Amino acid sequence: MTDTIIGGQTRITRRFDKLRAEGRAGLVTFITAGDPDPETSFEILKQLPAAGADVIELGMPFTDPMADGPAIQEASNRALAAGMHMRKTLSLVRGFRDQDHDTPIILMGYYNPIYIYGVEAFLEDARNAGVDGLIVVDLPPEEDAELCVPTVNKGLSFIRLTTPTSDDKRLPKLVKNTSGFVYYVSVAGVTGAGSASNAQIVEAMSRLRRHTDLPIAVGFGIKNADQAADVAKQADAAVVGSAIVSKIAESLDENGKATDKTASMVTDLVRELADGVRNARK
Amino acid sequence: MTSTPVNSYRTLPDQDGHFGNYGGRFVAETLMPLILELEQAWKDAKNDPEFQKELDYYLKYYVGRPSPLYFAERLTDHFGGAKIYFKRDELNHTGAHKINNCIGQILLAKRMGKTRIIAETGAGQHGVATATVCARFGLPCTVYMGAKDIKRQSPNVFRMRLLGAEVKPVSSGSRSLKDAMNEALRDWVTNVEDTFYIIGTAAGPHPYPEMVRDFQCVIGNEAKQQILEAEGRLPDMLIAAIGGGSNAIGLFHPFLDDKDVAITGVEAAGHGVHTGKHAASLTAGAPGVLHGNRTYLLMDDDGQIKEADSISAGLDYPGIGPEHAWLKDIGRVDYVSITDREALDAFKLCSELEGIIPALEPSHALAHVAKVAPKMSPDQIIIVNVCGRGDKDIFTVAEALGVEL
Repeated sequence: MTDTIIGGQTRITRRFDKLRAEGRAGLVTFITAGDPDPETSFEILKQLPAAGADVIELGMPFTDPMADGPAIQEASNRALAAGMHMRKTLSLVRGFRDQDHDTPIILMGYYNPIYIYGVEAFLEDARNAGVDGLIVVDLPPEEDAELCVPTVNKGLSFIRLTTPTSDDKRLPKLVKNTSGFVYYVSVAGVTGAGSASNAQIVEAMSRLRRHTDLPIAVGFGIKNADQAADVAKQADAAVVGSAIVSKIAESLDENGKATDKTASMVTDLVRELADGVRNARK
Repeated sequence: MTSTPVNSYRTLPDQDGHFGNYGGRFVAETLMPLILELEQAWKDAKNDPEFQKELDYYLKYYVGRPSPLYFAERLTDHFGGAKIYFKRDELNHTGAHKINNCIGQILLAKRMGKTRIIAETGAGQHGVATATVCARFGLPCTVYMGAKDIKRQSPNVFRMRLLGAEVKPVSSGSRSLKDAMNEALRDWVTNVEDTFYIIGTAAGPHPYPEMVRDFQCVIGNEAKQQILEAEGRLPDMLIAAIGGGSNAIGLFHPFLDDKDVAITGVEAAGHGVHTGKHAASLTAGAPGVLHGNRTYLLMDDDGQIKEADSISAGLDYPGIGPEHAWLKDIGRVDYVSITDREALDAFKLCSELEGIIPALEPSHALAHVAKVAPKMSPDQIIIVNVCGRGDKDIFTVAEALGVEL
């Protein structure tokens, strides 16, 4: 049974309320579902909350991830080569929900696999699996009728990406129909590339705060605990993706298969990142 | 009094860039402000007589337009059916229709104050055309090209480098046109402030499908006037090859409301549609979303994009421009497919009978001419778009024919 919404609150809002009460920012971790194979991916997923992940973004593999850099492209390729597909991604979430009722899971990816699954069927199955929200890179507000509006109607959050190109004119359009939190992509570029300066993030935060009261998670280019801590001083959460999936790549054997170090290398990094985030405001 | 006929096929896209169910703006948010700015700049330019004048000037004196409409007498005699005319866009500067669009887009880029140009290319024709206009207008140019295509289109790679462009090999995915487009989009999202992306075909996010079509409509507009001069009437049939579909939509669009003109687009069937190794997205694909638009795509039942396969690098793409998707659904245009083998036969036949070495892309259109012309009567007329010349393809063809150069 789904418990996405309890007492009018979603798992995402409850998590951000808790973080606020603790006086700290959150850590949002990204992995690609099925990377490097469905079983290892499930092992990693299950261990993320204990390692310090406050929110989990789970990538839906796609052949043509045109807003992602090499690290996440390769993660997608590894997952697809290991036979991952949308139904398996949803069952990964279902398996996770059997043991964790509180950590929000956001599915992140591109529209085509959802479109081909069928929007209504996908939303129904995603909600039943225990998904809390969606981030779909290639659906700007101009295409809200496709998926954003049906998602919100289904009681799930549609989390929008805001970027350095989102000015005061554009932002009202972006925060409309959105819920859960707002994702600020701190650099114009693909995932895993350069990072923004503190001053740029401070400026962006104040611009975003003029338009929304939702929590703001900042991502793109955060590779280590220090960078995560810097972001956690300004934002409500720091998002780390490419650095984590790069650890998966690093842990593989010469045939590209998982080793007994794969899960621990990921959780070690997540633990470091979480320390950085948790101690940032002390 | 003039008004657009209520049943016109020429009024789309709507204001959101939709051709029926197809088109749209499926891009990362970082790009959206720029896409909207481009749409506005394009609207303004379209209605600015100065822009049109400048465009006409370069099309005439730099590209060499109008391209002739040529009566292919020996091919006509050979098939013994319909009269065959070639729209000779292979005679354009750079050897293909691609430059019609590149001239238009670079004038727009300059108007918008952009200082850097990027492009994707398959066969290299669009890359060469983009590198050419960048040299002419003094803008730095980066062209993304699949590693597989770099190998099979080496003359065009050298040409681009001579023209001062940086050619970046793309080794991800299928290492061909779709991956080059992914990489160009990644560059664009990174350099959104100063960079203009010259998309080479009538696909991608709105306003590209409309804009590229409008720049390519010079082909159809000229052909219409030229056939009226030559024959005093409109043709019975238009035939053009389709990868993304820009040369085809450029020829077709001005004729869409001429109900007596049958129109056929020819996709690449590669090794044969039944083998699964082809690029025939309209014949064997389904609607999906990729590269900024909804259109017919080759994909599996999980929505993962499949690799296309064609001897012609310019047709080797698993999608198609959204207006073609719409024209297929409403039935105004017929879409057929031609295999590598059939295209090679047409390539040889045209070279031998007309003294014109066509590119492998229009060789697909010519192969369809070979199928239909003999069944038509001598008082009927076909116009086929010979949209590129074959010099770039001689190595590929030699290899396919088992000849060592």
